Amino acid sequence: AARMFLRLLSDIQWRAAHPKWRRMTSSQRSTSTTAEPHPLSLPAQAQVVICGGGIVGTSVAYHLSKMGWKDIVLLEQGRLAAGTTRFCAGIVSTARPVSIELKMAHYSNKLYEQLEQETGVQTGYMKTGSISLAQTQDRLISLKRIASSLNVMGIPCEIISPKKVLQLHPLINIHDLVGAMYVPEDALVSSANVSLALATAASRNGVQIHERTCVSHITIQKGQVTGVETDRGRIQCEYFVNCAGQWAYELGHSGEEPVHIPLHACEHFYLLTHPFKEPLSSSLPTVVDPDGRIYIRNWQGGILSGGFEKNPKPLFTEGRNQLEIQNLQEDWDHFGPLLSALLRRMPGLEALQIMQLVNCPESFTPDMRCIMGESPTARGYFVLAGMNSAGVSYGGGAGKYLAEWIVNGYPSENVWPLDLKRFGTLQSSRTFLRHRVMEVMPLMCDLKVPRWDFQTGRQLRTSPLYDRLDAQGARWMEKHGFERVKYFVPPGNDLLDLDHSKTFYKPDWFDIVGSEVKCCKEAVCVIDMSSFTKFEISSTGDQALESLQYLFSNDLDVPVGHVVHTGMLNEKGGYENDCSIARLSKRSFFMISPTDQQVHCWAWLKNHLPDDSNLTMEDVTWKYTALNLIGPRAVDVLSELSYAPMTAEHFPSLFCKEMSVGYANGIRVMSITHTGEPGFVLYIPIEYALHVYNEVMNMGQKYGIRNAGYYALRSLRIEKFFAFWGQDLDAFTTPMECGREFQVKLDKGIQFLGQEALWEQKQNGVYKRFTMFILEDHDTDMDLWPWWGEPIFRNGRYVGKTTSSAYSYTLERHVCLGFVHHFDEKTGEELVVTTDFINQGEYEIDIAGQRFQAKAKLYPFSSLFTQRRRKDEVELSGYQRE
Amino acid sequence: FYLTPPQVNSILKANEYSFKVPEFDGKNVSSVLGFDSNQLPANAPIEDRRSAATCLQTRGMLLGVFDGHAGCACAQAVSERLFYYIAVSLLPHETLLEIENAVESGRALLPILQWHKHPNDYFSKEASKLYFNSLRTYWQELIDLNSGETTDVREALVNAFKRLDSDISLEAQVGDPNSFLNYLVLRVAFSGATACVAHVDGVDLHIANTGDSRAMLGVQEEDGSWSAVNLSYDHNAQNEREVERVRMEHPKSEEKSLVKQDRLLGLLMPFRAFGDVKFKWSIELQKRVVESGPDQLNDNEYTKFIPPNYHTPPYLTAEPEVIHHKLRPQDKFLVLATDGLWETMHRQDVARIVGEYLTGVHHQQPIAVGGYKVTLGQMHGLLTERRARISSVFEDQNAATHLIRHAVGNNEFGTVDHERLSKMLSLPEELARMYRDDITITVVQFNSHVIGAYQNEE
Repeated sequence: AARMFLRLLSDIQWRAAHPKWRRMTSSQRSTSTTAEPHPLSLPAQAQVVICGGGIVGTSVAYHLSKMGWKDIVLLEQGRLAAGTTRFCAGIVSTARPVSIELKMAHYSNKLYEQLEQETGVQTGYMKTGSISLAQTQDRLISLKRIASSLNVMGIPCEIISPKKVLQLHPLINIHDLVGAMYVPEDALVSSANVSLALATAASRNGVQIHERTCVSHITIQKGQVTGVETDRGRIQCEYFVNCAGQWAYELGHSGEEPVHIPLHACEHFYLLTHPFKEPLSSSLPTVVDPDGRIYIRNWQGGILSGGFEKNPKPLFTEGRNQLEIQNLQEDWDHFGPLLSALLRRMPGLEALQIMQLVNCPESFTPDMRCIMGESPTARGYFVLAGMNSAGVSYGGGAGKYLAEWIVNGYPSENVWPLDLKRFGTLQSSRTFLRHRVMEVMPLMCDLKVPRWDFQTGRQLRTSPLYDRLDAQGARWMEKHGFERVKYFVPPGNDLLDLDHSKTFYKPDWFDIVGSEVKCCKEAVCVIDMSSFTKFEISSTGDQALESLQYLFSNDLDVPVGHVVHTGMLNEKGGYENDCSIARLSKRSFFMISPTDQQVHCWAWLKNHLPDDSNLTMEDVTWKYTALNLIGPRAVDVLSELSYAPMTAEHFPSLFCKEMSVGYANGIRVMSITHTGEPGFVLYIPIEYALHVYNEVMNMGQKYGIRNAGYYALRSLRIEKFFAFWGQDLDAFTTPMECGREFQVKLDKGIQFLGQEALWEQKQNGVYKRFTMFILEDHDTDMDLWPWWGEPIFRNGRYVGKTTSSAYSYTLERHVCLGFVHHFDEKTGEELVVTTDFINQGEYEIDIAGQRFQAKAKLYPFSSLFTQRRRKDEVELSGYQRE
Repeated sequence: FYLTPPQVNSILKANEYSFKVPEFDGKNVSSVLGFDSNQLPANAPIEDRRSAATCLQTRGMLLGVFDGHAGCACAQAVSERLFYYIAVSLLPHETLLEIENAVESGRALLPILQWHKHPNDYFSKEASKLYFNSLRTYWQELIDLNSGETTDVREALVNAFKRLDSDISLEAQVGDPNSFLNYLVLRVAFSGATACVAHVDGVDLHIANTGDSRAMLGVQEEDGSWSAVNLSYDHNAQNEREVERVRMEHPKSEEKSLVKQDRLLGLLMPFRAFGDVKFKWSIELQKRVVESGPDQLNDNEYTKFIPPNYHTPPYLTAEPEVIHHKLRPQDKFLVLATDGLWETMHRQDVARIVGEYLTGVHHQQPIAVGGYKVTLGQMHGLLTERRARISSVFEDQNAATHLIRHAVGNNEFGTVDHERLSKMLSLPEELARMYRDDITITVVQFNSHVIGAYQNEE
């Protein structure tokens, strides 16, 4: 590693003095460290073309070739490992809050560890361990949460005292610390060499690597990648992988049909020093001080230290295609606060001599998670980019998942949190990205607390009622660019400001949401749910019904006016989407999906529906405002407004009818509420939205109507054991595993996607079960609140993790939902989870290291439904049927 | 008696105003980034005024400072009216016709100006109808004149200044049936005001100046240092050309009495001004208007008093001197300020202080380690010191406020002395005017990128 860095550094300095070096030397410079240079001409065709020779691109190539694909070309516009990869700090850290990211980092670590042996290329791998410091109790809580999830994954990790910190790293000033987390297996590498090693291995496996080859654009025909145009000619291909790092956005926009890859670069600084008189040991652990916004690693007997400042400098907003990242200017004034933090943490460094301040741009994404997967518009167009300054930690694992995706059609883990399709075109505005990454970069070090919302790039998509609701005290959160109400602050009721409201404990809105829930239970509430994705699918003949019957597991051949809850499943029976479908007429269907399904569901349907001009699909999300009337008096409000009888005989549960509400006609009313409470959702053409809302609020007054927000909805649905796609359900969860067999009609007489897998599960049982946990000895006022991702223990053994949680105002207890597995005590092999297995265990939930007793339930509380109306009997009867 | 720093700040910042030209995603097409403006009163009430507006029917932005004397009535009227006169002078014939037709048929008027005003910058509601009628008469004449030529900015500025002054004079002679308005127009005419107005359109900067306020351009030299370029000439006794001009306009017999003690007729400091009909009207006219005027006017010794050696009026004009300057990328900002600032600070210091304020940290010479041996501790010390220097700048969010802080609080070493600042600001009203004048400052910041792009086009 040392030699490599020296080489790089001398190169940088030399290059700064000779700005024209590239032109002078490009012809002679060979790819010395790559196993096989390819001065050859480009092949005319290949199965896969990868663009980008950084750690990400080489990792994808490596893993594809490992999986047996050989016909692969990797193109790099400059030299291999020359971009962010070349400059980055080389820290492999597994301490990640998101489970899939943790898995990727863990895999990367294991991969790099053996890479030198595999390839013969020195990677500089050194298992130094890492120490994450906490200056505050809240920080310590967040570290404990990470420690909990590392431990259950079998990654050694412990929470240590400041004293222990000093033993591990003698330079650290521990006076302001309350604790720390030690991960002994975290490592350091030379990222450039790792990348070269991956390239070497890939090259041995037959991957062709061409440097100094610029991809100008990708040709796409009929929604399918057909080839790549470069400055050295054209390559026909089936698959294209965009691993162009911070140039991925521009590359995505270079074709006729743009692929939106929302990422944006920011300058990132780190410092290199000369060695100490007594050089620092190369095994000294890496130190992360998030409260000081810095990281520190040993480097060449001195240190390397960088950080994530509060006032980042975004760059290349206008896009600038330059070959390799030029050596950007050092900015000491900008680095000043980080230097202060460094000297405060390690006062002993004062006398250390500066070698250089490196400016190494990193790309960031709108939600701090990397971008992976296939374009929703162009089949065969894959993306892996936007590593949010963790390219080395994620590179190995991410490359593996993407390779699996390309080869098998889907990765071996749920990667929805990273899926490109979680974004739409709306996150692709440069102004949006510039503003958002300025928020994201400091967030790398900020405390991540539950229910946290981005503050930039807001108020993009709004309901027509936005101003009305805002004036009534609405507080907002954002999903897929859409503003949604969290809750309504009653007049005269002041909440804490944003910074002070951050907490892992009971939040300040507790009573506000409580009263909204109470109103939903006893009277009636209105929640604006316009953000939900809405599609209309219709056909001239029976094509719509036939296609949908194949794509959905429930039976959609129901009488007109009926609503069906159903999963949209993949081959393995896993949920690609969970939706409600209303049959509007014999030949047309109205489909409601979660908000963030807008791109994914559209792409899935596009790819699976037959190419038939008689079958049309339209995204009508923007056409309707959705008002959810929840509560026992919803029926009274609606019948008064429509002069139509709304009783069970006239308007049964799971029913859909167009009717008039107030003056407005053509309002699509459905007897569902997404919560298990009685009520209706009104789909209102947007021009009537304000009218209908006003009518509902006026008429509702005598029934005690009030506005409510998503927090109330969430509490209601979780205490009723309703799973939500994206939170509880994913592509690896089947209806059988979450008690929804009643939504699967195996015998509907038509073959459907996932049917076989479900048959098998029905016969052989399931390997995980969606379970509801009631926390027993948890003090709502004093104890840490559960969030999601908390480990679940059965009889003291780890069996799974929670997926969501909420306080139930009815039970006056916390409810967690999560999956229970059955690992064999000796082999760790996964066994079938039976009802008995669930019922005959003592459960505990681990919240930041503290375990709370929990009661497991496979069915919701029937006592909650004493007031239940007709509809729930149908909607919920399925749960009992098993 | 001692003011705390927050008290000082609240006094300094009471009248500050900032405007940023709206931009979208960096694609700013205006050569003006925005402006900062502020006033510090010495008179009670303050006699300075300021205005800023964007021309909506033509391109460009107008900014001005106005220094009133013998009351604030004239400065107030000029600050409300002058930009309308300028804007109308700049309008093409068709637009004038369109506006006239709209007024004639009672339709909604095209807005001519978008004002950028501090809440304290008021417009008098009572006189708006009167002012509007005068303005309308002006544009009707312009329509009748229809020269057909494209409007020259220099000419438009001169015409607007002269026309407004003549309207002020005329309104006072005609009077108004409404006694309040009648008194108002007389107060406007008998008081006076200087005006220094900038019109910025792309790279074309015009300064029209009447009196002793001043416009100064801040230029950044290649080495990063700041220099000042005057874009106006003071019209006072220190300006030899101006003294010469006045002498030429009157018989040789008056040569000695024209300028005494550096004042016009021994009375008036500025040699050009709006209003001040005592230096413009004949003695007969003055007497007639004062006698027929309201009692308040008659009781006022000042208005009745005829300047000595008053033989060949007018002695005073509102005609401005116009300077045209083509903006260059190194022209970073423009300072318009009343003489209250220029009395206390040299323009070179003004250029440096504003320049350093606007560029803040970025134009401190960046630090580069290069091949030198620097330790982390040394670097940390250096950065801390640089930050401390900057933090004094960042106390102010407004360049004009920052300048006033220096103008009032500077000690002999050119740095702000809080004690001095506190003393100067806590002077009782009746004393304040003896130590300092009203100060009004508007700092316009230019967009060098846009100016550079304009240059390349040409």
